[in-house]
Amino acid sequence: MEIMLFEIALTFYFAAAIVCVLELFKGTRTTSIIMLSLAALGFAFHTSNIIARYVLSGHIPIANLHEASSFFAWCIVFLFFILEYRYKLGLLGSFIMPMVFVFMLSSSMLPRKISAELTPVLQSYWLGIHTFLAFMGDAAFAMAFGIGIMYLLQEHYVKSKHLGGLFQRLPSLQILDEINYRLITIGFPFLTLAIITGALWAQGAWGSYWRWDPKEVWSLITWFIYALVLHVRLIAGWRGKRAAVLSIIGFCAVMFTFFGVNFILKSIHTFP
Amino acid sequence: MRVLVIGVNHKTATVEVREKLAFNGPKLETGVFGLRNIQEVKEVSVLSTCNRVELYTYVNNAPAAVENIKNFLAEFHGLNRPDIEKALFVHQGEDAVRHIFRVSSSLDSMVVGEPQILGQIKDSFDFALSKKSTGVLLNKLMKKAISTAKRVRTETRIAENAVSISFAAVELAKKIFTSLAGRSFMLLGAGEMAELAARHLVNNGVTDVKVVNRTYERGCELASEFNGKAVRFEEFLYELVNTDIIICSTGAPTYVLHREQMQKVMKERKNRPVFIIDISVPRNIDPEINKIDNVYLYDVDNLQDVVDTNIHGRKVEAEKAEKIINEEVEKFLRWMSSLDSVPTIVALRQKAEEIKTEELEKFRCKMPDLEEAEMKAVEYMAGAIINKLIHAPTVALKEDSEDRDELIAMIKKLYGINEEEE
Repeated sequence: MEIMLFEIALTFYFAAAIVCVLELFKGTRTTSIIMLSLAALGFAFHTSNIIARYVLSGHIPIANLHEASSFFAWCIVFLFFILEYRYKLGLLGSFIMPMVFVFMLSSSMLPRKISAELTPVLQSYWLGIHTFLAFMGDAAFAMAFGIGIMYLLQEHYVKSKHLGGLFQRLPSLQILDEINYRLITIGFPFLTLAIITGALWAQGAWGSYWRWDPKEVWSLITWFIYALVLHVRLIAGWRGKRAAVLSIIGFCAVMFTFFGVNFILKSIHTFP
Repeated sequence: MRVLVIGVNHKTATVEVREKLAFNGPKLETGVFGLRNIQEVKEVSVLSTCNRVELYTYVNNAPAAVENIKNFLAEFHGLNRPDIEKALFVHQGEDAVRHIFRVSSSLDSMVVGEPQILGQIKDSFDFALSKKSTGVLLNKLMKKAISTAKRVRTETRIAENAVSISFAAVELAKKIFTSLAGRSFMLLGAGEMAELAARHLVNNGVTDVKVVNRTYERGCELASEFNGKAVRFEEFLYELVNTDIIICSTGAPTYVLHREQMQKVMKERKNRPVFIIDISVPRNIDPEINKIDNVYLYDVDNLQDVVDTNIHGRKVEAEKAEKIINEEVEKFLRWMSSLDSVPTIVALRQKAEEIKTEELEKFRCKMPDLEEAEMKAVEYMAGAIINKLIHAPTVALKEDSEDRDELIAMIKKLYGINEEEE
């Protein structure tokens, strides 16, 4: 049942991503409505899938990499709808939905076993709080990444004075920069709280706040990158292109913390 | 007698020279009278805008007229003649007529198709009329210049060009700033195109307007037009820190804003984006400035390219406009040659002869019994009457008098001689 829901959601996201990519070439009001409807349907099934897994397992379904990746995608879509509703940015979906689909696809390829019995370490109320904070933060950074790419593209058009291509349909530089900044100011406190709650949880579970585990280290690196983004923006006025580039670099660190650490480095954080 | 145009414009002179030669305020009236007092100058109208100072005249003895007008210009503006000699252009006859038509049709403008020049031509002409410094010829020429401009505007899409450039500037600004509402804006310098673009920006919600001009008074004038404040030229760099959009059109021969200066400004602005439009020819803003982050510099050619990618066939439209102008020039020259006294005398005699023949024919029908000899006598008398009647006008036409053109026009009107015209 819950597998069915996941597959349906994945299919809708896939369709939405396809429409998004097509939108880059020829976009109309109709295509964007179709895309939003597909994404909304995907989101509805996706939400049901997560609820179903919660009911079946009896705990927050972020206990393995399949669930984590799926939840990450869910957070991004959630934020995407908020931004879409708030700003109605042209072409935002084209830069976000393919990313969502990739996370969902990788999630679908990972083992989906529902672990009824969690390892003792994970049996804690921190599981829900810590992972929720971490993924909301990461989702905000993912959005900032997409927006940053849109900014660089639009900046290239305006600077080089070749106003063809997507120039007309991409949003203005100022709004992209503003949203990029806002997303990071949202993501950063989430990340900070995630690290703090992680430390508290580690103290409870492993007996020490900080153990220089690869995941912790990379989380800290990510935290420093975004702290730097905010710092240079406020102090030196690094906005626009530099801010966009930094937010892209920051997201690379996020991705490495999430996937890289799991697959490449050995960490006690590695999902089962 | 010839049509003669002497002047400077953005193609021949820098803004400094143009400013020195400008006839603004009370200078216009004294200037027009002074020019009118030059012996060779029969009619004169002065067009003085920020991009051009041009004297439209009707003169006899053109070479002497050119000399005297140039001397007058130097003397009137307190300049050395050699200093202005290089900047002055001279057009005569057909070229002069074509030049005037091209100016009024905005083909000679810095930004082809900008609409303000026609209004300025009308104003200068109205002024000349009110001072009675023009006569039959220039009156006709100016009317034709205006109607030609209108023809060009309605029959070609040239006029869209300037509007599209302003429109492109606004569109670009919206892609940088989202909305123009509440943005601060600086008009650096003046000029037809710059003011048009400025008006477009203000209509789109730009609120904080600053006007910078080398002549502070002119700046104040413009500022009140835009509900803005005037800023002295020496102080404009400080104001840049709080300026989001700049339109520059100072017409200075060198850069007025350099890369290093702008870098400092950007640092103070904390890198908030700036959109600069440099309309000046030659350019007034160092193109290197575009390389600074968050500064977007467009010159008039860049904007033109933007417009060209939208409107195809601008060249075709320009060719169409030139064709219209050629037609109108030809028509005008035909009218001018009809002004010559010889054809008028011929036409006058012809008209009289026609009346004579017609009336004699009627007379013959009424009196069919008349003898051949008697008829001859009547014919002789009729001939004598028309000869006497047209003698005085013919003599007057042959005289090379000051108001001959008016005389010709008047005689044509009095005797019902139709002009060879549409």
